Amino acid sequence: MSIAAYILKRLLQALPLLFIISVMSFTMLKLAPIDPLATLKANPAISQAMIKAEEERLGLNKPPVVQYGLWLSRTLTGNLGISTAGGPVSTLLLQRAFNTLLLSVLSILFTWLIAIPAGTYAAVYRGSYIDKFFGLLTAVGMSMPTFLLAMLLLMFALSSGLLPIGGLTSAYYFDLSGCAQILDIAWHLVIPVTVLTFVGLAGIQRQMRGNLLDVLRKEYVRTARAKGLPEHTVIYRHALRNAINPLITLLGFELGSILSGAALTETVLSYPGLGRLTLEAVLTKDLNLVMASLMLGALMLILGNLVADILLKFADPRISLE
Amino acid sequence: MATLEANLEASLQPTTGAPRPSAWSKIWRDPVARISIIVLFILYMSAALASPLTPYSMDFNDPELGNSPPTPVHYVDEKGAPCAPFVYKAKRMNDAETFSQFFQQDETQKFPIHFFVKAEPYKLLGFIPADLHLFGVGDGARLYIIGSDINGRDNYSRLFFGAQKSLTIGFLGLFIAFPIGIIYGGLAGFFGGAVDNAMMRFAEAVMSIPSFYLLIGLAAILPPGMSGADRFALITVILSFIGWAGIARVIRGMVLSIADEEFVQAARASGMPEFFNMLKHVIPQTASFIIVAATMQVPNFILSESGLSFIGLGIQQPDASWGNMLKFALDNINELLEKPVLLAPGFLIFLTILCFNQLGDTMRDVLDPKMQGQ
Repeated sequence: MSIAAYILKRLLQALPLLFIISVMSFTMLKLAPIDPLATLKANPAISQAMIKAEEERLGLNKPPVVQYGLWLSRTLTGNLGISTAGGPVSTLLLQRAFNTLLLSVLSILFTWLIAIPAGTYAAVYRGSYIDKFFGLLTAVGMSMPTFLLAMLLLMFALSSGLLPIGGLTSAYYFDLSGCAQILDIAWHLVIPVTVLTFVGLAGIQRQMRGNLLDVLRKEYVRTARAKGLPEHTVIYRHALRNAINPLITLLGFELGSILSGAALTETVLSYPGLGRLTLEAVLTKDLNLVMASLMLGALMLILGNLVADILLKFADPRISLE
Repeated sequence: MATLEANLEASLQPTTGAPRPSAWSKIWRDPVARISIIVLFILYMSAALASPLTPYSMDFNDPELGNSPPTPVHYVDEKGAPCAPFVYKAKRMNDAETFSQFFQQDETQKFPIHFFVKAEPYKLLGFIPADLHLFGVGDGARLYIIGSDINGRDNYSRLFFGAQKSLTIGFLGLFIAFPIGIIYGGLAGFFGGAVDNAMMRFAEAVMSIPSFYLLIGLAAILPPGMSGADRFALITVILSFIGWAGIARVIRGMVLSIADEEFVQAARASGMPEFFNMLKHVIPQTASFIIVAATMQVPNFILSESGLSFIGLGIQQPDASWGNMLKFALDNINELLEKPVLLAPGFLIFLTILCFNQLGDTMRDVLDPKMQGQ
């Protein structure tokens, strides 16, 4: 099966999945007892007629099934609707999703750049002090709640004044030149990326170490050694390549866990990402916005898994795309 | 022939005289696992015996002493001679110039710290009436070991009561998620075909929503004016809704592969009904996976609960949970530098998860060697 056909097949398979997710999310939100117009109704200056008009505009006066139908037909035409706070959902979502994606991709990148060499080193020098040190570090990393680490780093930022205490841009961001703007964003990304990298590091480093140890016990590694190949050739040419494969599968899952982990980190660090947007939208029952962000989160997860599978195909020609 | 049989017999006998160590003793022999078990035991006992171990109840508050710093405990009297520990009564004062508040100690009267003191009555383990507390000071002064929160409630005591919620929710979640996951996965594997396909699509849909997004969506369903106990029960249900799908998928995979094993086929060939065959031969094979997965899942539930409470959607005031106590720390982030002790609930969450993870690692190595490195 060619790669294009495979991608098409996977995307077609994703459609019923997305449909189930949308029905589930919609039912869930309709069950929530929060009134999206509560703030308007509490305001004595707003007339009943205006509230009626608002209900009409948001389609809140129709039965839930009709509302779902309306939502679905509108979404399929690419119109994500309007947020209760005003403004189209799509603009809001695009900007926030970009921020979250920026955070996630950077975190995954750093995680892998650190975890692969660290895992390799730990496996090659198994039992050494550095291996034990990594073992301790990853045990801490696996058990550290993201929000606790974010708060600890926030305390560091507060006491040292070296790092910003949240947000993505400084107040004077728009006065800066292009290059300084990028630096400003990078400066604000240090804490959130550190949090997510540290927490993600543990799993990947352990997996890498375990895989490589498994591979080093294989017959072909013994053969390579018996042939008299230098040890670094054995490890880096033969063993390492085979040890990385299972990790690529993990990449897809990791995107999902990082989206979840990012939501709490974003809240603590007031980072303008998808997670915080969703949380605020859930609390105000901003239906269109929550639906869109849940669907987007699911879509990112499904696409992440697809990308991981395709990468795996490139990394390991033995795997056939079925 | 006789020698062959003798050899066979000898090979079937254990080589050493000592009996094979049980799984439990193997786990206990591992120092890290042993420390984890001890720490977890202490944490759970502290939660169970929260009332007798703490000076105040969860709801006790002194409105005069909101946001109070830790009460200083004195070990020496005015003359500098060591004496039994005592505290002074604290009084809230206002600085007329800066309008900032501070606490002054009223040194006219000493309040000695008593051990095994009779104070607020409570029900031990929920049903034994008692009023004995491990330590406390007489009425008048307050003993706030790590300070008080904004309502003047004792942070130290609330850590213990928070543990009751945070630590039990993980286990209760297991008792809902695992049976559902096992039955769901077992049925999907048992029926196969279109039923299996449809069931697995639904499980995949649940897994395809980033779990935290699903959690906050579900938590928003809970009506606001609920009693603490109802809310606790429903949060547990919500948490278990996250965990079951992954378990169902693994169990289904295991059922499919075990159903083809020879001993299952043998039972099938000898006329055992498929359903009982499944119950008697297939499901028990998944036991070690289930025990290990359960140990690994508890920290996830604890983490999810504290995350939810942390953002205000989980256990809510006036009930204490480690998550919502940590939220108080975040709300007062500027005071955090002077009062790092506000992060204590976060460290207890960390410690609990660390112990469960370490214990789970050892249990996996002992019970399920095949799962190693997965």
